Amino acid sequence: MTADTRADADRLVAAARAGQDEQAQADPVLDVRDLTVSYIGPDGGTVACRDVSFQLGRGEVLGIAGESGSGKSTLITALTRLQRPPATTTAGSIVFHPAGRPGIDLVPLGARALRKLRWTSMSIVLQSAMDALNPVMRLGDQFADVLRTHNRGMDRAAARTRTTELLGMVGISADRARSFPHEMSGGMRQRATIALALACSPQLVVMDEPTTAVDVVMQRQILAQVLRLRRELGFAVIIVTHDLSLLLEVADRIAIMYAGRIVEIGSARALYRSPAHPYTRGLRDSFPPLHAPLTTLHGIPGTPPDLRRLPSGCPFHPRCPVAVDACSTTPPPLVSLPEQAAECLLLTNEEAS
Amino acid sequence: MSTAPVLSAVDVTKHFVVRGAVGDSAVVRAVENASVDLHAGRIVAVVGESGSGKTTLARMLARFYDPTAGEIRLDGVSVSGRPTRAYHQDVQLIFQDPFGSLNPVHRVRHNLDRALRIHDRRMSAAERRRRAVELLERVSLTPGEDFLDKFPHELSGGQRQRVVIARALAVGPKVLLGDEPISMLDVSIRLEMLNLLDRLRREDGLALLYITHDIASARYVCDDVIVMYAGEMVEGGPKDEVIARPAHPYTKLLVESSPDPDRVGTVSRDELFDDAEALGEPPSLIEPPEGCRFHPRCPFAMERCRSEAPPRTDVGGGHWARCWLHQEGRAHEIGESTFAAALTRRDEQVRA
Repeated sequence: MTADTRADADRLVAAARAGQDEQAQADPVLDVRDLTVSYIGPDGGTVACRDVSFQLGRGEVLGIAGESGSGKSTLITALTRLQRPPATTTAGSIVFHPAGRPGIDLVPLGARALRKLRWTSMSIVLQSAMDALNPVMRLGDQFADVLRTHNRGMDRAAARTRTTELLGMVGISADRARSFPHEMSGGMRQRATIALALACSPQLVVMDEPTTAVDVVMQRQILAQVLRLRRELGFAVIIVTHDLSLLLEVADRIAIMYAGRIVEIGSARALYRSPAHPYTRGLRDSFPPLHAPLTTLHGIPGTPPDLRRLPSGCPFHPRCPVAVDACSTTPPPLVSLPEQAAECLLLTNEEAS
Repeated sequence: MSTAPVLSAVDVTKHFVVRGAVGDSAVVRAVENASVDLHAGRIVAVVGESGSGKTTLARMLARFYDPTAGEIRLDGVSVSGRPTRAYHQDVQLIFQDPFGSLNPVHRVRHNLDRALRIHDRRMSAAERRRRAVELLERVSLTPGEDFLDKFPHELSGGQRQRVVIARALAVGPKVLLGDEPISMLDVSIRLEMLNLLDRLRREDGLALLYITHDIASARYVCDDVIVMYAGEMVEGGPKDEVIARPAHPYTKLLVESSPDPDRVGTVSRDELFDDAEALGEPPSLIEPPEGCRFHPRCPFAMERCRSEAPPRTDVGGGHWARCWLHQEGRAHEIGESTFAAALTRRDEQVRA
């Protein structure tokens, strides 16, 4: 590729992705504002997710990355209202916008109202397919179960036809409907759970580490299928993983979480080429390159903070290579940049950077 | 390589017999005719997917398993039977899970002290304590004194894995075998662990085997890389040769499937994932395919690949592959397009 065509490709991709950002604001499928989730304990609450706000456009792929304990799982169980005590949403709203209908705030919704939304409007793919599938039911019966629960009018024959169609979408042959989960490979099980999540044509699919348990070749196949189905069916995807290198390839936009906050959010390209938050930069540089010349890399020294005893000011300052004195006292504001937004004091202060 | 290898596997094979519910049994052909030489001061990476036989190979080298055929040589001398204490003084294995490999009810001091005591009974308690502190500082747990009295649960995953490495070093080994030593750690601390392995290789002259499914991390730390598929070694050589110019179609598939953020912004996402929906899966090792085990997934497969196992071909500079394309003068085809595109092309030809 010549420098010229590469620059052209860059511009095209940037334009396409910037377009998606605007689309997210104009017609969001999910609008999360100031979401705060605490784990309530005898000595008060531990805030695992603090003031999280973002919008997800229709058909958009949003990646959420962070280390263990950064709050990504807490965030998605809160979004899908699958959280269990002691986790409690203490503030904020999660407004879901079904196509052509007014938005619904999921936070105050009761079990019955939520049940109406589950699977038909939003669904989830869990990390371990073995735990998500019922080990004593044949695959086809599990599909029929979901289909007929959410569409009372569907008869057995119609459910069978739809199951074949769904399995076909992820490249599983129809005769597999007779199989039990343990008779299938890990990759096939994971693809089956994705087909199951799509059973009732949801507008939003949340994926929690969907490919962590499978090998890279299968990971690529699964993601290729998800991306094609998204193109054909138009659902939006939230994909959570610790593997930023993978998200950079798959997601339109990426949110980076640290100590329960989204510290940076922006287009995948911007986060890779010009990360604004030092933590994002550290995370990006924690993945050695596959082809580019090698240099000695150091990852991010130190360990994530204990959420019960967060450092003052910016929670990242004890590990931050570019921290200044003010970082330990002043909570960083959210600074908007052309392709991203980040919470870092240095962005407000030209001379410091 | 001028020096003699410290530890070698020579044509080792491992078959496991598994018994079914009704008394029938099957043979799992986990590793077939694998050879590897580990040299002082060098790191060899073995990469492959789960079930490719990499862990079984490491365990044969650590002599947890006896090879079904072939032999393990330490300093050129064939070893067999029950491993002696002396063997494990020279060869140490580090497991993937730092949570499972430290005794949770004992402090760090005890975990290290035990290794020191078992391997040198004459060492005094004061001497052992001094050594334990030294070992902790060797793996960058400083000051070492502060860590002696901690319990494993008080340490982070990365610190625990460092203690595991310190314990392995306690016996003064010549060879360290790491079985996915970083895959359970947070990404931000993985590199420091790899840098530690690199330091042990450079400063202490250890011979290292690094087993991983992550090609990028293998490239970061190793000198040579070996690719395993379905129990067989399919390609090996200097890392940059193997990764930049794969000589086996499977290696090419593996490299192209690995995330490479450098492509972001230069190639559109659709292009990146095009044709990648049906790349296939590794076979069962109970009845592996005849001939080349990769032939059912290979876009270049010929008649010969279905019946005859390919021989090892040297492609220059220590780089080798087991693939018939090299014998048939078709090796150039591997580099001509992506694996996925080659597969799509073959399927179109089959349909036509």
